[in-house]
Amino acid sequence: MEKLSERELRLMAAKGRLMAVDAIHEAASGHPGGSLSCMDILSVLYFDEMNIRPDEPNWEDRDRFVLSKGHCAPALYSMLALKGYFPKEDLKLLRSIKGHMSGHPDMVNVKGIDMSTGSLGQGLSAAVGMAVSAKLKGKDYRTYAVCGDGEIDEGQIWEAAMAAAKWKLDNLCAFVDVNGLQIDGKTQDVMPTEPLDEKFKAFNWHVIKIDGHDYADIRSALREARETKGQPTAIIAATTKGKGVSFMENQAGWHGKAPGDEQFEIAENELMAQIKELEVQ
Amino acid sequence: MAGKIATRTAYGEALVELAPEYPELVVLDADLSGATKTNSFAKAFPERFFDCGIAECNMTGIAAGMATTGLKPFCNSFAMFTAGRAYEQVRNSVAYPGLNVKIVGSHGGVSVGEDGATHQCIEDFALMRAIPGMTVLCPCDGNEMKKAVEALLNYDGPAYMRLQRSDSEIFTDELDGYDFRIGKGVCVRDGKDVTIIATGLMVGRAIKAAEILEGKGISARVIDMHTIKPLDEEIVLKAASETGCIVTSEEHSVIGGLGEAVCGLVSEKCPVPVLRHGVMDEFGRSGKAEEVLQYYGLSCEKIAEMAEKAVSLKK
Repeated sequence: MEKLSERELRLMAAKGRLMAVDAIHEAASGHPGGSLSCMDILSVLYFDEMNIRPDEPNWEDRDRFVLSKGHCAPALYSMLALKGYFPKEDLKLLRSIKGHMSGHPDMVNVKGIDMSTGSLGQGLSAAVGMAVSAKLKGKDYRTYAVCGDGEIDEGQIWEAAMAAAKWKLDNLCAFVDVNGLQIDGKTQDVMPTEPLDEKFKAFNWHVIKIDGHDYADIRSALREARETKGQPTAIIAATTKGKGVSFMENQAGWHGKAPGDEQFEIAENELMAQIKELEVQ
Repeated sequence: MAGKIATRTAYGEALVELAPEYPELVVLDADLSGATKTNSFAKAFPERFFDCGIAECNMTGIAAGMATTGLKPFCNSFAMFTAGRAYEQVRNSVAYPGLNVKIVGSHGGVSVGEDGATHQCIEDFALMRAIPGMTVLCPCDGNEMKKAVEALLNYDGPAYMRLQRSDSEIFTDELDGYDFRIGKGVCVRDGKDVTIIATGLMVGRAIKAAEILEGKGISARVIDMHTIKPLDEEIVLKAASETGCIVTSEEHSVIGGLGEAVCGLVSEKCPVPVLRHGVMDEFGRSGKAEEVLQYYGLSCEKIAEMAEKAVSLKK
């Protein structure tokens, strides 16, 4: 498959942002802040990095993806729709009793989801299990996970981190989407987690710090992760919560709140402008 | 087979015996492989054994991830920690996506003995039963345990199974026409005045209770209910209508376990007196296994006493 250019990857993320915010607005419920902060990472994973087949979602040798911060399902659903796993119209059913697009990723009912998540701290363990399976079965697929910087308050993340290092899972790569905010406020006030790089290094992971909205950074980090042998890789990605929608950026209040009609109109205009700009280049 | 063996020991043997035939079987433990008896599997199949350290929640999640790739993971620790500590991981990472993970709780009930209340799980049936779609097993002897392990390997979906620490008599191998099927109780002794529906360690005691009752002129039916969920409705309703009263017996809290499962069914479909024998609403305590069992009245004498009472409640 032909690789997308950086402009095209940015365009996918911009479209994904609009689809996610639109779906959350339609549902009048959902988590825009974190969905927007991890969208560039997901765009690179889904349209550049991962070896996957949308027409064969359960292909045995596919790369795996676990959205450990499952509340950012709108970002994942948008990417899967853009990738062709299901119609874009399905996003309209987000969180609706009328459909199958659950508020958090549901591997049973939504095509392309490799693991059901939502209860924070659990996804990374499942990703470890997938990576261990690959080693056991002699498969060369890779497993990717995205964790939140609030999510990592959960002790299970660090249990999983120890296990991944124990089994030298160099086929596992976990992003931490460091947008600096969680529901109750700044992560550094709610529960300080820094220095994250030192923590993961101490847990015997290979650590790369990047700007989570810089495509050259994301792609080179993923390349470095692929070349790293004998240990899992943590990509500590500095991001902006609510990225792409001016009034949502860096506002903890937009963690789990849907925009009203007027707010959505502003967001839509801003995101449409970003899409147009990327389309005409 | 005859003789005495703990179901945990039979379980450990079964894993080793079945491993060659089931290459997808993998075993996870949380630093208790000597106690859960998975250590023989670890020695025989080291590449298929994963010691996750003292981190049961993570172990459960790892197993879930493994199951998504087609492996058949068995997760092991004490019941207190697989069903208790990792409850939410079992619910959300295993059962909700319907993954083929077997959660195994060794050292169930108060017969753990000396370790005391912190390690005596008397709520595992209640916790696991409450999870939608979860299968819950508690085999009564070594023979039944081995059959249960193979049945679980052929069952595609989430399940919980309790093992016991202490030795108990093997008797199911000598039952005529004995057949282990998940969801099907076994009538181990027929009777017409009362039915004792027991699970795990209490099945052997229920048989002894039936012998005591026989001496008093009461004919007691005994059912080995190795599957607590899905409950065998047919055998329970048949017992209710034919014997007119029931005593349930389990090494578990009377809240949420086999007793309440039977009560729920019988009250809705064939109301007759049902008395629940088990641990009343209290924690366990330290002592030798048999001392602790006696302390909480988990004895054949107590079952017999309750059966007499049940008979007296019949109209």
